Amino acid sequence: MGDHSHGDPNTSGTVATAGQAEVEKFQDPGLPPHRPRLADKDPRAEKRAERQVAILFAISMLGTLLFFVGYFAIQLDETTAISTLRLQNLLLGMGTAFAMFGIGIGIVHWAKTLMPDHEVAEERHEIRPEEDRQVAEKMIGQILDESGIKRRPLIRNTLIGAGVLAILPAIGIFRDLSQNLNPDILRQTMWAKGVRLARDPEGTPIKAADVTMGSAFHVIPEGLNDLHEGKLEAKAKAVVLLMRLDPADLNISPGREDWNYNGIVAYSKICTHVGCPVALYEQQTHHLLCPCHQSTFDLTHECKVIFGPAARPLPQLPITVDSEGYLVAQSDFHSPVGPSFWERG
Amino acid sequence: MSATSSTENYVPKTSVGRIANFVDSRTGGSAMVKELGRKIFPDHWSFMFGEVALYSFVILLLSGTFLTFFFNPSMAETHYTGSYVPLQGVEMSVAYASTLDISFDVRGGLFMRQVHHWAALLFVASVSVHMLRVFFTGAFRRPRELNWVVGGVLLILALAAGFTGYSLPDDLLSGNGLRIIDGVIKAIPLVGTYISMLLFGGEFPGTAIVGRLYVLHILLVPAMILLMIAIHLFMLIVHKHTQYPGPGRTENNVVGYPVGPVYAAKAGGFFFIVFGVVALLAANFQILPIWDYGPYDPSPISAGTQPDWYIGFVDGALRLMPGVIGNFPFEFVILGHTLSLNVLLPALVPAGILFTLLFTWPWIERWVTRDDREHHLLDRPRNAPTRTGIGVAGVIWYCVMWAAASSDLIATHFHVSLNDVTYWLRVLFFLGPIVGYIVAKRIALALQRKDREIALHGRETGRIVRLPHGEFIEVHEPLDDYHQFRLVNFESPEVLPAQPDANGRISGKEKLRGRLSRLFFEDRVAPVTPAELEAAHEHGHHPAIEETAAETAAETQVTGR
Repeated sequence: MGDHSHGDPNTSGTVATAGQAEVEKFQDPGLPPHRPRLADKDPRAEKRAERQVAILFAISMLGTLLFFVGYFAIQLDETTAISTLRLQNLLLGMGTAFAMFGIGIGIVHWAKTLMPDHEVAEERHEIRPEEDRQVAEKMIGQILDESGIKRRPLIRNTLIGAGVLAILPAIGIFRDLSQNLNPDILRQTMWAKGVRLARDPEGTPIKAADVTMGSAFHVIPEGLNDLHEGKLEAKAKAVVLLMRLDPADLNISPGREDWNYNGIVAYSKICTHVGCPVALYEQQTHHLLCPCHQSTFDLTHECKVIFGPAARPLPQLPITVDSEGYLVAQSDFHSPVGPSFWERG
Repeated sequence: MSATSSTENYVPKTSVGRIANFVDSRTGGSAMVKELGRKIFPDHWSFMFGEVALYSFVILLLSGTFLTFFFNPSMAETHYTGSYVPLQGVEMSVAYASTLDISFDVRGGLFMRQVHHWAALLFVASVSVHMLRVFFTGAFRRPRELNWVVGGVLLILALAAGFTGYSLPDDLLSGNGLRIIDGVIKAIPLVGTYISMLLFGGEFPGTAIVGRLYVLHILLVPAMILLMIAIHLFMLIVHKHTQYPGPGRTENNVVGYPVGPVYAAKAGGFFFIVFGVVALLAANFQILPIWDYGPYDPSPISAGTQPDWYIGFVDGALRLMPGVIGNFPFEFVILGHTLSLNVLLPALVPAGILFTLLFTWPWIERWVTRDDREHHLLDRPRNAPTRTGIGVAGVIWYCVMWAAASSDLIATHFHVSLNDVTYWLRVLFFLGPIVGYIVAKRIALALQRKDREIALHGRETGRIVRLPHGEFIEVHEPLDDYHQFRLVNFESPEVLPAQPDANGRISGKEKLRGRLSRLFFEDRVAPVTPAELEAAHEHGHHPAIEETAAETAAETQVTGR
């Protein structure tokens, strides 16, 4: 028999009773006895805890002081180096941290060492006593009865109808969140016959001769930088990547034979997945990679998707050169750029 | 009248007493003190996650209010003239310029920005971990189902608050985040294009979105969070807190410390500690250095950018979904309309499944177990192995998607192929939760068996004894009553097979319930009964050593006397 726990008669008693009777469950021994803390027994420990709490509060005061040192000792102006700004941030932050830790740890230490640590049991109460329910049910019955809403269905139904209708203006009034709701604006970009390809962001036009084998250019339509309104909206649709490949590497589908100029090809930079800029060009493999979700497009196969979540190739911009040797668009894109939308078709 | 006269009889002596009496006799404050002043709250480290969430929200309100005094949510174009030299003269929005001003020209502004952002990350994290605690301990069961739902709403609001705030500075990073949102919205059938245009006030990016998100971020969303927190805490008071099982703790009582002074001091002090942690992070760890990214421009992008952690699982799902398998694209044109499943499925389905299961779980479990009793005692996760397994499966599924949001960083950091990382994560997306379920459930059952072993044979003492016939054994020491009770006192539901209804028929739904009940409770480690303990002691493996030990104990007692 296991009476070698600590010789407590209560221990062996519980086990013995349980073994003899057909008790399925163990008896709850009740809350464990309270163990006095050091500060409960030793007045010196109590005094020590009191001092510790006070020291922690004093550390908090020093923290606040540190905050103001950082605040007043460092002035910000144009000559401030970023390292000085970081130093100020460090002083303000560490000051605040010490101010807060001092108070917080101090109070918790106070509660744990000096406030009573006797656990107390409290009874739970029924959340909804039955008599309350009966009273409430009677009350609601009386309220409904006095209002007459059940007896007068005409009033009830017209009220419901009026209420439902009255919500509609509150929805309809948001119609003018946008002045323009025509999906067709997503089909057009700034590109048109004869628009020169220009460097992004400077806006200087690019000569075909500048595009050496293996090079890549970030391109905007010439004139984009002169727009006063809607510049970002226009740019979000019109940005293009320009690269020069060996014409032998290009696999061109019928109808696109004259869209490139001596192996110089231009593709929309806006990913057909959810619209990030497809900004990474792997020169060796001729792959374009979108850094957002890793859609990968094969430049040698008209930007067909070879990996990742995009489902459509990047639209190609048909290009040629003008009389001065600058690269120009032959037309706008032949399909909408960027992410798919319902009306795209 | 008698009530009035009794207040007139009481004459406070001090000035504080007079003020208190003035307020009390006009508001009934005494009743509130009587109700709450010594209310008992159980103490456990795992109960602090909810507190962290509450406190980080308070920090967000404080730091956010400071930021509103300096932030200007306008997308009008301006040329930067502030102190940060590299960007001087650059064309940018007023919103971005004012964020730069907060960082470089307002003393303490950078610190407050960093406090705000770190507190936001901590807020969503603590809400999430708090919900995991509630799930794994079964605290969502009756009567707390509705408070669990309020918690789920709070989690969604926390994500909304985080996302609307993330987009405000109008830097390159937040602009690209909005670009992705725009792309996802446009994939919604029928109404997507219109929603996108209404939201942005026309074409992306437009000049309206920052101002609109600002109103949502500083007014609507925080007001709803505050309302939900009020409901959440009100219900907490009505229900009284749950407690872990243990000696003296029953379904009918609540054991812990009274609010005043101990609990109030601990909880109040903890607020300052949480604030201290956030300040420490803000002081030492730079977050979102917007001046490095530059103003939003649709053309450039920096590789290796990440969303804030809580959006990661959706972004990761977007990355995992293949757009084309073989020659089969996941985008269709039906009757002249484009259906972009490669965007719609990952954006909506995983989050939809997670939140649907989250909101309905209390009712699912109640239906399977047919247990409609009130539960105020928590389960130790090991004592509910199937629930624990399902929870772990969910966590793993979430974490696979979360890891996928960093697939490019995993690839560059560990020098592996980006494509391989994605392929492996696609496999884990399906296998991870299954393996997680099985492993977690088995670990829970193994821990239950260990508990049983300890309850029956006592704790290993590390004391090796050589018996007279040469055998070596380790002495086991029985537990005291209190520890013993912890290990044996838990509910262990059994399989409840499909039950016939009043007409003696078993409906298909009931058959399904029966099957689920078997899945839940077929593998079961029963708690030790007193009879089993008795038997274990009588037919112990080593009666000799137990006798020896008993003799020794008796001798000690004798000598003691």
